[in-house]
Amino acid sequence: MTRDDAFLQFLLRMGDNTLVLGHRVSEWCGHAPVLEEDIALANTALDLIGQTQMWLALAGEVQGDGKSADDLAFLRDAWDFRNALLVEVPNGDFGRTLMRQFLFDSWHKLMLERLKGSSDERVAAIAEKAVKEVTYHVERSRDTVIGLGDGTEESHARMQEALDYLWPYVGELFAGDAVDAEMVAADIAPDPASLRADYDAILAEVMAEATLSIPKSGFAHKGGRDGRMHTEHLGHLLTSMQWLQRAYPGARW
Amino acid sequence: MKNEWPLWEIFIRGQHGMSHRHVGSLHAPDAAMAIKNARDVYTRRNEGVSIWVVEAQHVAASSPSDKGPLYEPSESKVYRHPTFFDIPEEVGAM
Repeated sequence: MTRDDAFLQFLLRMGDNTLVLGHRVSEWCGHAPVLEEDIALANTALDLIGQTQMWLALAGEVQGDGKSADDLAFLRDAWDFRNALLVEVPNGDFGRTLMRQFLFDSWHKLMLERLKGSSDERVAAIAEKAVKEVTYHVERSRDTVIGLGDGTEESHARMQEALDYLWPYVGELFAGDAVDAEMVAADIAPDPASLRADYDAILAEVMAEATLSIPKSGFAHKGGRDGRMHTEHLGHLLTSMQWLQRAYPGARW
Repeated sequence: MKNEWPLWEIFIRGQHGMSHRHVGSLHAPDAAMAIKNARDVYTRRNEGVSIWVVEAQHVAASSPSDKGPLYEPSESKVYRHPTFFDIPEEVGAM
């Protein structure tokens, strides 16, 4: 694997995470439990799609086949996606959506903070811009996890159920491979495993405040960020996200 | 409706505005969330640099039925407007 091959994979991982999660969060538009949350979720989704445009545009540039961010978003099939499995699982109820958001945001913020110091200045510039948005995302998802976790008997039960369901998808965020080793060697991105201690500390603090128990199991589903095996849910998501470009190739407005 | 979140009145100071201006109201469980919701609902098009929130029940308002005694007396007192001075041309628009 050449350095550019690894760099492309890294950029697709970043961009596909924000693309797939952005699409998932946008599914709440018009359906959230209250108007204020509806708008807040739509804002988050738009932030993530905006970040996707930057990551995938750079991915297209590095790939060198003249592909745009739109080409990469709308014309790849499931096996070409490099997002972590966590972001493609269905939303579930509002509580599970916000739990997933918090689990992702916490990782996302740590990652972007480190990427601000990337040896590739294009990566550093994207991280610089995105981290401001993500700092707000995590503030909001954290407060909601605490509010609902330490809320009523029902909200607590639902949040614990959400954490139990999502926990096996967390480990993949920190599982490094040859791509990551190449990025570390080039000083472009950190070793994912090096973010874990800070992540665990944040989670321990927030979950204690939310009166939720972090599952003991260290089992982690894998296969998203290397594209080896996505969940069945990704194909369904892409079907609705990509249908317009598939049905009317090249359609513009 | 005891499960309903309280109503908050939202005030935003714009980029170039000197004072906070009432922009609307929204629901939130507490003041901190009200500020977050206001950020999402009222500043998403770059409208502001500062947010105040006040729980609506703490706003005391004048009663519309007092309109007569409150406002009518000033209608006939035009001399309270500073319109009786000659402004020199050189001053321009004020």
